[in-house]
Amino acid sequence: MSAEETKAQDAARPRLAPARVLDIDPLLDDPTTRIVVCCGAGGVGKTTTAAALGLRAAERGRKVVVLTIDPARRLAQSMGIDSLDNVPRRVKGTEGDGELHAMMLDMKRTFDEVVEAHADPQRAAAILANPFYQSLSAGFAGTQEYMAMEKLGQLRAKDEWDLIVVDTPPSRSALDFLDAPKRLGSFLDGRLIRLLTAPAKLGGRAGMAFLNVGMSMMTGTLGKLLGGQLLKDVQTFVAAMDTTFGGFRTRADATYKLLQAPGTAFLVVAAPERDALREAAYFVERLAAEKMPLMGLVLNRVHGSGAGRLSAERALAAAENLEDPRIVDQADGKAGLRNSPDTYGSSQPPAPESAVTASEEGSPADTESSVDRLTAGLLRLHADRMQLLSREQRTRDRFTARHPEVAVVEVPALPGDVHDLVGLRDIGHRLAAGRPDPTEA
Amino acid sequence: MSAGLVSLEYVSRLQVVSGKGGTGKTTVAAALALALATEGKRTLLVEVEGRQGIAQLFETEALPYEERKIAVAPGGGEVFALAIDPELALLDYLQMFYKLGGAGRALKKLGAIDFATTIAPGLRDVLLTGKACEAVRRKDRSGRFVYDYVVMDAPPTGRITRFLNVNDEVAGLAKIGPIHNQAQAVMRVLKSPETAVHLVALLEEMPVQETADGIAELRAARLPVGRVIVNMVRPEVLDAADLELVRTVERSSVAEALSTAGLGGARRGGNAERLVDPLLEQAAEYAERYALEQEQRAVLGELDLPLHELPLLAEGVDLAGLYELATELRKQGLS
Repeated sequence: MSAEETKAQDAARPRLAPARVLDIDPLLDDPTTRIVVCCGAGGVGKTTTAAALGLRAAERGRKVVVLTIDPARRLAQSMGIDSLDNVPRRVKGTEGDGELHAMMLDMKRTFDEVVEAHADPQRAAAILANPFYQSLSAGFAGTQEYMAMEKLGQLRAKDEWDLIVVDTPPSRSALDFLDAPKRLGSFLDGRLIRLLTAPAKLGGRAGMAFLNVGMSMMTGTLGKLLGGQLLKDVQTFVAAMDTTFGGFRTRADATYKLLQAPGTAFLVVAAPERDALREAAYFVERLAAEKMPLMGLVLNRVHGSGAGRLSAERALAAAENLEDPRIVDQADGKAGLRNSPDTYGSSQPPAPESAVTASEEGSPADTESSVDRLTAGLLRLHADRMQLLSREQRTRDRFTARHPEVAVVEVPALPGDVHDLVGLRDIGHRLAAGRPDPTEA
Repeated sequence: MSAGLVSLEYVSRLQVVSGKGGTGKTTVAAALALALATEGKRTLLVEVEGRQGIAQLFETEALPYEERKIAVAPGGGEVFALAIDPELALLDYLQMFYKLGGAGRALKKLGAIDFATTIAPGLRDVLLTGKACEAVRRKDRSGRFVYDYVVMDAPPTGRITRFLNVNDEVAGLAKIGPIHNQAQAVMRVLKSPETAVHLVALLEEMPVQETADGIAELRAARLPVGRVIVNMVRPEVLDAADLELVRTVERSSVAEALSTAGLGGARRGGNAERLVDPLLEQAAEYAERYALEQEQRAVLGELDLPLHELPLLAEGVDLAGLYELATELRKQGLS
């Protein structure tokens, strides 16, 4: 669609509503929905959204577990999971027949558990004590993403819950967490590993000349680079992992397939800001490329106004009228001097003379003038709000133009932070209400 | 320079900018690079997370792994930018230490580069910080520093300490060899007054909490904490007195005032009268946020660090906005 066409369409409708509204409740109620993954850029309210979805599903009768990665302290406290223990805990104070459990991912613990579950005690102890393993599991880039997926696989395999809601790590880029399982899987399965674990064997088999050249260089260079002792640590680590796990790759593949399977729903979370929506668009495209089932976009912190018919321009002009006594005197306190009262909401620009800026002079300190001053402030506040609304609208329109197929639910902005179940319930309610047009109070 | 503050005569040459996701740390890093470049200085703005945020901000095409001039600062200064690609940084490094050309490519084929940069945990971060420190120490033929300042758009607060400290860990893992030496050299720069780690916050609960936690972690790791920069501070539209009045004001007198301003009838059901409730509701929301912001400002005040505020740019950050923020930073004595 050309830009002109888009413009023409915009003009044709009062406000651009997304092509489809994402209906949250049917998704949460559907017994075949088993996993909901919330992804998106950092700072858009992903964790809060995941928690609110979990609470709502639980209060609608499902047995839910929410896996969060790094919740704000008070949010975690509100769900009773402020201590890191890597085990789902029942959240108290939910209403209805369902259950809400919540847990916070402990990367190192999860990794340790994988090792303990798959190696005999002696070998497990050797791996856990290996310095290379210790730094790998302590959470360098990529480990967190991988362990979130691992934990998800574990939770799903237990089959104790009707629904698992997952919050994703605040990755450096949108793509990391989808890549992590494959990356680690392919590494542990890769040529380099085989080379490190059994150099002689591989050397004997590799027929290609360059490989042989690379080979001798490899062992030598790696040794020099890493220091012999580190190389030895890596080798021990890899050997132990390799024989005990065998199918690290298989596990990674299984988790990946789980994400693609019916029963999984991806929600991309964003705020109506340029960067967040750009990241959201990347996500949408990436999920499509990976054949992951995207359910829609949750747009947090959307602003509205109960006085949407009063435009920013008219509000500013009126504020200036109040702040400049000369104009007020002229107006003789009478309504509708410049614009008839019935024209507001029209896009008529403010009358030119009202653009005179307020001057410092003459501000009598009686009650009337302080009310005038306040009212002018209220109008300026409103003008700011309307400008914000139109910026948000433009940003959203750009996203919708690029991805008209994505269903969207808008969550109105809250003035404060959420840190209890009441707040989460309220967000859940807003998620489900999903008004496409915030100006319709 | 700002009066009152203990004047920092020494401005660290490596300025690391971190912050919670969504606080605008890339923007602040870029503005800081511009501010430090003013008056003929040369700064290098370094990106380590491969997001091409700098290119987007400066409205240029994606940055290659190459130091490239992207902006000119007032008074003839220059800002260069570099998006560090860990794979290329490793090849660079191998070239530098071992004169490996084609062999580097063979290593790549074998997956060694992949291994080193994505999996071998610390190495990726060692390469990133190592490259930045190299730029800090680099001198030209006449012995002058090539860059007066290096500004790093660093990983978010939750990861910053581990990221900067990774060299310590790696030096412990690789107990000898060139990586060990390199890691130690990097740590010497990072833990010296040559480095300052700034945290970007917003006046919201989570970013403030994360800032406080991040500072505690940095201090525990003996990394030099610089300043707290509060970003996207909203202008004050209503002051405390106004907000007091909002609670007590007669609805009818506001309706009258609106009518006076030309917005319709003040009587019940009139256009002006119908505006009163929604406008007062917006004011109540503003009051709630105002109180929260004051609370968070107080929390930040207790951190005992220089505190700076940057205004919210209503139209979003573009190139002009970036210069505006740079001017603001200079005014506040950051460069």
